[in-house]
Amino acid sequence: MSNTQQMVKELVDKHGNDRTNLMAILQGVIDRERSLNDEAITEIAREMDLSAAQVYGTASFYTFLDTQPRGEYVIRVCRTITCDMKGKREILHMLENLLKVNVGETTPDKKFTLLETNCLGWCHKGPAMLINDKAYTELTVEKVKDIITEIKHNS
Amino acid sequence: MAEKKQLKRVDIIFTEECNFKQVLSEALQRSDDEIIQSLLDSGLRGRGGAGFPTGMKWKFTAQEEADERFIICNADEGEPGTFKDREILFKVPYKVFGGMAVGAKVIGAKEGYIYLRGEYKFLLDDLQKQLDDFHKLLDELGLDFRIHIVTGAGAYICGEESALFESMEGKRGEPRNKPPYPTINGYKGKPTVINNVETLVYALTICRLGAERFKSLGTNDSRGSKVFSISGDTPIPGIYELELGMTLENFVEEFGDGDTKSVQVGGAAGFCVPRKDFKDTIIGFEGVPTGGSMMLFNSSRSMYNVIHNYLEFFEEESCGQCTPCRVGCQQLLLGVEAVKRGDKPISYLDELLKLTETMKLTAKCGLGQSVANSFASIVDNFKEEMIY
Amino acid sequence: MINLNIDGIDVSVEEGKTVLDAAKKINVKIPTLCFHEDLCIAGNCRVCVVEQEGAKGLIASCAMPAHEGMKINTNTLKVRRSRKHIIELLLSEHNADCTKCYKNGSCELQELANEYRTGNQVFLDLVQEKNYTIDQSSPSIMKDDSKCIRCQRCVRTCEQLQAVSALAVANKGGEMKISSFFDKPLHEVVCTNCGQCINRCPTGALIEVNNIEDVWDAIYDENKHVVIQTAPAVRIGLGEELGFNPGARVTGKMVAALKRLGFNSVLDTQFTADLTIMEEGTELLTRLKKALVDGDKSVHLPMTTSCSPGWVKFIEHTFPEFLDNVSTCKSPQQMFGALAKTYYAQKRNLDPKDIVSVSVMPCTAKKFEADRPEMTDSGYKDVDYAITTRELAIMIKQAGLDFMELEDNEFDSLMGDSTGAATIFGATGGVMEAALRTAYELVTGREVPFENLNIQPVRGFAGVREASIKIEDPVDDWKFLDGVELRCAVAHGLRNAKELMTSVKNGKSNYHFIEIMACPGGCLGGGGQPIPTNQEIRDKRAAAIYEEDMSLPIRKSHENPEIIHIYNDFLGEPLGHKSHELLHTKYVKRERY
Repeated sequence: MSNTQQMVKELVDKHGNDRTNLMAILQGVIDRERSLNDEAITEIAREMDLSAAQVYGTASFYTFLDTQPRGEYVIRVCRTITCDMKGKREILHMLENLLKVNVGETTPDKKFTLLETNCLGWCHKGPAMLINDKAYTELTVEKVKDIITEIKHNS
Repeated sequence: MAEKKQLKRVDIIFTEECNFKQVLSEALQRSDDEIIQSLLDSGLRGRGGAGFPTGMKWKFTAQEEADERFIICNADEGEPGTFKDREILFKVPYKVFGGMAVGAKVIGAKEGYIYLRGEYKFLLDDLQKQLDDFHKLLDELGLDFRIHIVTGAGAYICGEESALFESMEGKRGEPRNKPPYPTINGYKGKPTVINNVETLVYALTICRLGAERFKSLGTNDSRGSKVFSISGDTPIPGIYELELGMTLENFVEEFGDGDTKSVQVGGAAGFCVPRKDFKDTIIGFEGVPTGGSMMLFNSSRSMYNVIHNYLEFFEEESCGQCTPCRVGCQQLLLGVEAVKRGDKPISYLDELLKLTETMKLTAKCGLGQSVANSFASIVDNFKEEMIY
Repeated sequence: MINLNIDGIDVSVEEGKTVLDAAKKINVKIPTLCFHEDLCIAGNCRVCVVEQEGAKGLIASCAMPAHEGMKINTNTLKVRRSRKHIIELLLSEHNADCTKCYKNGSCELQELANEYRTGNQVFLDLVQEKNYTIDQSSPSIMKDDSKCIRCQRCVRTCEQLQAVSALAVANKGGEMKISSFFDKPLHEVVCTNCGQCINRCPTGALIEVNNIEDVWDAIYDENKHVVIQTAPAVRIGLGEELGFNPGARVTGKMVAALKRLGFNSVLDTQFTADLTIMEEGTELLTRLKKALVDGDKSVHLPMTTSCSPGWVKFIEHTFPEFLDNVSTCKSPQQMFGALAKTYYAQKRNLDPKDIVSVSVMPCTAKKFEADRPEMTDSGYKDVDYAITTRELAIMIKQAGLDFMELEDNEFDSLMGDSTGAATIFGATGGVMEAALRTAYELVTGREVPFENLNIQPVRGFAGVREASIKIEDPVDDWKFLDGVELRCAVAHGLRNAKELMTSVKNGKSNYHFIEIMACPGGCLGGGGQPIPTNQEIRDKRAAAIYEEDMSLPIRKSHENPEIIHIYNDFLGEPLGHKSHELLHTKYVKRERY
């Protein structure tokens, strides 16, 4: 049994193989792997008696259920109106410079993926971003530098 | 002349309940009819934006013949400019649970769910802990009811109730045809009450304070108070609970930066009110309704950028199933760009306005229907900014 | 009954009916695109919107249940304007290069665009914005996303009718599309090539891979001898494409047309359908003998049929543990192909390399089947081209034939004779019925105990049907079957097939013989049949098939004189050496996902 098979099996055992548990299982894979690959989706399909296309179709509906390879830290910068007004662009540029990737890309060491996302619900404290599940608000260029430095340092 | 209220800060939602157990116990001891009646009397309407009377929702669901019923807390707060539910869940989650428990008792639900948007996953651990405590409390009070927290994964449309059920069922969050409505055919096809986070807290509060106290606030059509999420060009962004029925002029005096040119009421799906209309615009169901989102724009902002940003949002967040919304949003986005570039004449904006009319009439759900709101209100009022 | 008023006309419908149903009842036509009689309601294209008095917006008539007292207007300014907008929106995301499209002239979107005279393109062309590629990987189905209008009929077909879900909806917003798993080529996924999606696609987004030019080229090649075999369901479907009402039996005209097109020999798949009965019936009896008399535990029962290539690929993907249960008989198409380049070539004194073997089938999966690498037992590709009923109709039109006026003609001989038993292969339950007619008689020496040989329990359209026949007083060779209750089941549509096989897998049923057809209704409802196909039309086609059966002088496969002859002359005996070489095959396990 491959690691992916093992992981999917554990998740299905934990949540159950009824379709109502599909979101939790897909999220479980994301929590561990940051994205859903071919093997993970086929395994989920097998365990839940769905077709692989159905699982893929469902996953691809949700922004956070990435079906493209992602880095260990997925950065999602809010691009919705108030964050945009409060300087999202500078934040994004700083991140692009720091990580040496464009939006949508993953660093070659597979550490970071830089993405934009829709309203994070921190409009009064924009600009905001998520790194994996954690929210960072009232961002400044300086603050972003510190955050990235700290992550790099800690890992 | 519609009834107007002065802006008044209120403190109901976030007030800590010192003796929550007693509050809940008393609420649960009231009869189902009594609770429904006081909700109806209070005039409480859903706080997510659509404003359906909460008492009716509970009543209809309770009336349905079914072996199983559910109560769901809609915490998929995704409307741009809205962030109040996050704060409620962060500060007073037990009140949300309490509202659900009362609702569950009234409709006869054994299971309840909180659908928490994926963007708020960081709340999960703490919520779960508090929920465990709450379940102990329920056991003490002898109510056979359990709440489960499920999380979304980044899809605005899942805030639409039937899309939310689909998502909970492990499917794409595509809105269903209505009728049938959730009170008959909700989660897993069972009668379901689905309420916004804030609504549930008010429902509990009404059980505690009585309908009269709630009703004494607000206007005829918009009873009570509401939690507002205020952002944009304001010196004091944040979360405020205000009495319903104030004018936008009144609101801008309090929250504006002295140079407010327009206010987006109700998020990207709501209306953009220009300065000239502040005086006559009442915030409430009789005027411009809002799920809480209030975004202020001052004269330094390009309204083209604003609508462009909304359209990018809708183009991505449409579920994509129905033609008017899927294709309409793409056409609007590319259309305003084409006009801005000069590739299409100014008159093309009129074609696009007609298109939004069709979207409003024919889209399958509220998302597609409401794109017209912000589009028409911005394009009509700020036409010159669309071009130059 | 629910009473409502549409366009000023009172109408009553049963509870549960929609506004669209009610409008149909009074002959008010409301246009639809995502709606299909066979499928669940989607309500997503919004073309069918109408105005309901008192309602805020317009309502989708296909999805709105009729309520008491409703007042509906189907043709108001609002409705017209909105509907036109919606058609224009669909056109803006649709590659509307109609003259280059295979579906030109038979496209539902084109028809609507024509009806609404959407001459000037109001909206921006979205097709240019996207990088569409055409999936041409499959030998059966071509998928062109630039023509897709996202009605999801194909997705619902693949899921609801077929339980395959090779196609699903992926992404959201402007990126939403109909996709296979990770958008892989159809040839690499679980698609069974059944073509039911094609049959329901309103545009040219899903079409058959057509072999029309290949076949013309062969016909015009003077060095080639082109034989064509015609499947049973073609003769009761073809007419629909050429001016006849559903249910017309056009066997004679079809044969006449094929001769006029220039085929050197017009032969009948029904001949090999009869042959299939001989081989498969013997195989079943042999398995029964091994299991019941010899106590051979390695014998796999129930035995399932193998003539539906959609079913074969489905079981290869979905129930590979049951591959030994599938009859080893090739499908009639492939038996024919193998014989065309051996027996037929020999008798006609032709070099098999000069023979082009063409089949006309109600089926798109037959194209895939003909391409299977093992289907070359003649030493050549046994079937060179498999065309659908629709492709044949196109060829007939191209040749300028007035089909309706053609004089009936007869199949050529040598593999042109058949029986009523072979005709009913075209309907679900037909193979079972044909097999029982022969097997029962071989075993007992008496005809099946059903009036007029019509085995009613296996007919009809229930998803899964069961029948059992008790064998009493068999002839000496089959004494061991005395008193045995032969238990049979029939399923059509892969969803029903999956259900049936799951019950077998779970040990909940103990059949001896199972017939499965991939398509709803069997071949008469095949993916290559005329569009539209729906239950009303399937009913008519089925009626035509059973009429055709009744009209034939011989109605039992083993009585077909050419069959008797080919065993004497060429094959020896059923399951004999030659049969094994030419008429039987094996299956491969495929990935489930």
